[in-house]
Amino acid sequence: MYIVIVGAGNVGYHLAKAVLSKGHEVLLIDRDAAILGRIEDELGSIGLEGDACEANTLEEAGTARADLFVAVTEQDADNLVACQIAKHRFKVPRTVARITDLKNEPLFKKLGVDVTVSSTILILQYIESQTSKPQFLTRLAVLKGSDREIVDVRIPPTSAVVGKKIRDISLPQNSLIILLIRRDERIQLPTSTTALEAGDRVVVVGDRPSEAGLHQALAGS
Amino acid sequence: MKVLIMGCGRVGAHLASLLETAGHEVTVLDVDPSGFGKLPLTFRGNALLGDGTDGDSLRRAGIEEMDAFIALTECDNTNIMAAQIAKSVFNVRKAVCRVYDPTREELYRELGLDTFCPTALMAESVMKRL
Repeated sequence: MYIVIVGAGNVGYHLAKAVLSKGHEVLLIDRDAAILGRIEDELGSIGLEGDACEANTLEEAGTARADLFVAVTEQDADNLVACQIAKHRFKVPRTVARITDLKNEPLFKKLGVDVTVSSTILILQYIESQTSKPQFLTRLAVLKGSDREIVDVRIPPTSAVVGKKIRDISLPQNSLIILLIRRDERIQLPTSTTALEAGDRVVVVGDRPSEAGLHQALAGS
Repeated sequence: MKVLIMGCGRVGAHLASLLETAGHEVTVLDVDPSGFGKLPLTFRGNALLGDGTDGDSLRRAGIEEMDAFIALTECDNTNIMAAQIAKSVFNVRKAVCRVYDPTREELYRELGLDTFCPTALMAESVMKRL
């Protein structure tokens, strides 16, 4: 893959190093020639000095043939604009922006950035996973190119669906139970006549955001 | 009309004064209070400290009641991001945004932002004098 990375700070540098070692082609763009020089001494000529929000710089970077465009400067606004230009002017299929302000996650998605990453969010999720009760629902994956996700749901003992057959459970629209994991970790392909038991886990594919609807359908007493 | 101006530099302060003289209700927002000194002594509107790329700051500045938002900081990307927030999060009817870089200005105009480029305007104006 050809990956263009914007921002040669700590994140950009380590990311460039890591993807290079996996055999990808990398270009690292930064306004600071001195920083790029030091990185190039170690990693070879992968740097391009310039402003990644200027079309000329992105043109010179061959952005049009990039498979992935990753903006990891410390400024959320700069990452947003660089990604939008890569996406709209150079038709890069996937853009990734680093964000520092949590509120920018839904905003950037709305404004066309494919993926946002934030160390704040990761640490926050970790803290929540350590402090909260066992979770009812764990998100496993988002289906590429759609607004569907796959989640893992634990059936609480108090749930009204305990003892019910799958055909008698009304799930939110467009949701489907695709796998059943029994309390003893046995895996089953569910059929319409399979009955759920307390402590079962079901893997559900459905529309996002699914949590409230699934909670009502599978955990309500 | 209620207008929110982000960036109280020379242009922002001058525009605030013009709008107020024309009878509009003006609020200015800046991350640095030193620019507020550029407002005329007669300015009656609000001058608030805050970051226009932050939804909470915009809300405090009353963005939800604004008829127009004008982004005039020195930084193109800040202006572009703030104008997009005003438009797509707060549904402000008119969100105008200054972009110095002509190619960036052209792209965001194509994407539906109400942009203007002082660089291009100034070059044109100089050309006309020759």
